Amino acid sequence: MTDTLYDRAPGEISRTAEAQRLTLSDFGIYTVGFVLAVMLTAVSFWVANTSLLWAPGVAMGLVVLAIAQMGVHLVFFLHITTGPDNTNNVLALAFGVLIVLLVVVGSAWIMTNLNENLMPSQEQMNLHMQR
Amino acid sequence: MSVAVAAYDAKQEAFAPTSEAGPAAKRIVVAFGFWVFLLSDIVMFSALFAAYAALVRATAGGPTGAELFNQVSVAVQTGCLLISSYTCGLMLLAVSQRRRTDTYLFALVTFVLGAAFLYLEVHEFAGMIARGAAPQRSAFLSAFFTLVGCHGLHVTAGLIWLAVMMAQVEFKKFRPSVDRRLLCFALFWHALDIIWVWLFTAVYLIGIRP
Repeated sequence: MTDTLYDRAPGEISRTAEAQRLTLSDFGIYTVGFVLAVMLTAVSFWVANTSLLWAPGVAMGLVVLAIAQMGVHLVFFLHITTGPDNTNNVLALAFGVLIVLLVVVGSAWIMTNLNENLMPSQEQMNLHMQR
Repeated sequence: MSVAVAAYDAKQEAFAPTSEAGPAAKRIVVAFGFWVFLLSDIVMFSALFAAYAALVRATAGGPTGAELFNQVSVAVQTGCLLISSYTCGLMLLAVSQRRRTDTYLFALVTFVLGAAFLYLEVHEFAGMIARGAAPQRSAFLSAFFTLVGCHGLHVTAGLIWLAVMMAQVEFKKFRPSVDRRLLCFALFWHALDIIWVWLFTAVYLIGIRP
């Protein structure tokens, strides 16, 4: 299969026999990813419920944990790598992430500004939100 | 490790440059196309997430997320989906090694866990509607039901797809077309899990904070 050296399908593990012998087995890759994902999920739920941490920082911590878990899923389950045979997959992913960030961060930014600047009083704001 | 890299590099140099490689194999083209679809699906979800974030405080005097959500149920749902994602990966390994019994076994576990997830979600929705927290109650609840319900619909579609794929493995046997569809299904199922990671983080953990 010469084609696997130029491009690789997303989600496909295909390595040289030599690389397979020296690194984790395919089963090992999924298992490591699963253990990491379980740990990150458990930490997320613990962080959300504990009173040991500084409360205003918890939301940001949860976002970081979610980004980490997304990375674990992409690397260990979807097998997105930095190899030359994965360039197309990574570029598509990067474009997707760009659009997602534009939509989410842009909306949050605009809506926060609207809420702060266009609402003269608390009472009117409540009326607006109820419509 | 370095030996492997060196061997890999040497092997790669032995082939012609990319411009002379010819068209990619069908398996790669199909999976890449599906990858692009998944990314566009994630972009659609990002719009629903943005709507939820904008409307999460617009409860119109109705119940808030903190009053409605049950974190234990969400944790169990998360566990179901995570384990089913793992068994889905193991199913793909069994397919690539042509182990028929293992393929059915892991597909069954994946299906049962996905169905359990869906049962818990429908149960949660029914409980909320019974308490008067239906989608038409407030903008917050409209956004919540749209966002979480849309993910639930995707899981439902995934379960139907998995059942169809097992019928194809049974009657069409392992062949390249069936392999490609199973690869796409695995991509779909893992992508749903990534969306769920953001759902439980944004809606059930961050969304209920004061």
